[in-house]
Amino acid sequence: MAVIVRIPTQLRELSGGVSEASLEGSTVSELLSALETAHPGFNERLFDDTGGLRRFVNVFVADEDVRFLDGLDTAVGDGQTVSIIPAVAGG
Amino acid sequence: MVHVQGLRCRECGREYEVAPIYTCEWCFGPLEVTYDYEAIASAVSRESIAAGPLSIWRYQDLLPVERNPALDLGAGFTPLVRAERLADELGLGEVWIKNDTVNPTNSFKDRVTTVALSKAVEFGFKTAACASTGNLANAVAAHAAHAGLPSFVFIPADLEQGKIVTTGVYGGNVVAIDGNYDDVNRLCAEIAGTYPWAFVNVNVRTFYAEGSKTLAFETAEQLGWETPDHVVVPVASGSLLTKIAKGFSELHTVGLLEDEPHVRVSGAQATGCSPVETAWREGTDTIKPVKPSTIAKSLAIGNPADGYFAIEAVRETGGALAAVTDGEIVEGIKLLARTEGIFAETAGGVTIASLKKLAESGVVRPDERVVAYITGHGLKTIEAVAPTVAPTAVIAPSLDAFHEAFPSIEEK
Repeated sequence: MAVIVRIPTQLRELSGGVSEASLEGSTVSELLSALETAHPGFNERLFDDTGGLRRFVNVFVADEDVRFLDGLDTAVGDGQTVSIIPAVAGG
Repeated sequence: MVHVQGLRCRECGREYEVAPIYTCEWCFGPLEVTYDYEAIASAVSRESIAAGPLSIWRYQDLLPVERNPALDLGAGFTPLVRAERLADELGLGEVWIKNDTVNPTNSFKDRVTTVALSKAVEFGFKTAACASTGNLANAVAAHAAHAGLPSFVFIPADLEQGKIVTTGVYGGNVVAIDGNYDDVNRLCAEIAGTYPWAFVNVNVRTFYAEGSKTLAFETAEQLGWETPDHVVVPVASGSLLTKIAKGFSELHTVGLLEDEPHVRVSGAQATGCSPVETAWREGTDTIKPVKPSTIAKSLAIGNPADGYFAIEAVRETGGALAAVTDGEIVEGIKLLARTEGIFAETAGGVTIASLKKLAESGVVRPDERVVAYITGHGLKTIEAVAPTVAPTAVIAPSLDAFHEAFPSIEEK
């Protein structure tokens, strides 16, 4: 079954303007690879030179920051949603 | 006169024109306003500032926006109070309290809000919004009411009752989210992409954050155009600390300070939410988000977007970061109240308790001129101290009862 990956406004130029992509994969890493295949250009925007997520890029699986889970290896189950969201702050 | 050149990404340096955007479209790094400092230098003088309004707007040349009287409730130019009795208790020399509890809605957030919403109106936005741990909620709701703008304020549902009441009273929409501040913030990032609103700390954040510089400007002006040796600043997102450091340095850049300032900048967090202090202490370049659990809810940002820059400012200036427990926070609030007559919210307790800790460990030294930033009023978080404060005595309305309760006080 496919997983919905939600794309933030800033990256929709890469996805032809759509806010979601339906992709196959069982981990965050696999899904982001599938995203790159479907819409080339995502990798260099999401990852730094070391291959890790850029520090101002947050990825959530079912509303949980993957930094609290297993990072890029976090498992994604059927029907869960993956969101890519820029870091924001306030107070 | 606005002397803004544009916006620049703090991460990758990409440049953008002035617009309601807050992250670099390339790498998601935060954007920073860039100024024509030569133009500012020829426009401002100590005299021109002294002739300005008694608010942050006396520094308008150093802000990215025109003053909009409809959005000016008089934020800023708060007292800088010499704290001799606190200094004695802490074994320090010259200590000052920047008392930002006396802003229009009783926290420093009025500074950033008046800047953010003035810019929002310039951009043509018709609705004000924010994600908030409470103080910003108060400020946005009040400024929006004053300007006649509808507002949407998003807060964690478990916020102190005082902060909910002091937001709702202004009549805008208050949306309580079943989650912590980071959940609220994340939702707001998505809502900001969906509705045409000015989210002061999301899409107008780049301008909003500049308002915090005025805490440094005022400190220097109130010290007779001199700078402190050391400042202690509470850290939530890390933006305030970063901007205070920037503020001192800008004053020199535009010629308002003769000598290059050397202000050591130290930060204060609660141990229940200290991702920035932890990263600094461990010497890592990665800030690991945390799930906050502290009475200092206005500092409870588990995933602080400006934490990296705060650490950078602390390292560059030779400051430090301290973290204090909930018990120490309450003691900090009471210490400041008892010695100086200033009642701070929990964030102020974090600052004072951290100052104490840094003084004990010798990081803040007795030969330094120290300024501690007290950013919100104690009435906002009265729950924190209520269990430890009670009448000294409860007596019948008779002189005898008073004598009985206070037998050792000498009569005249």
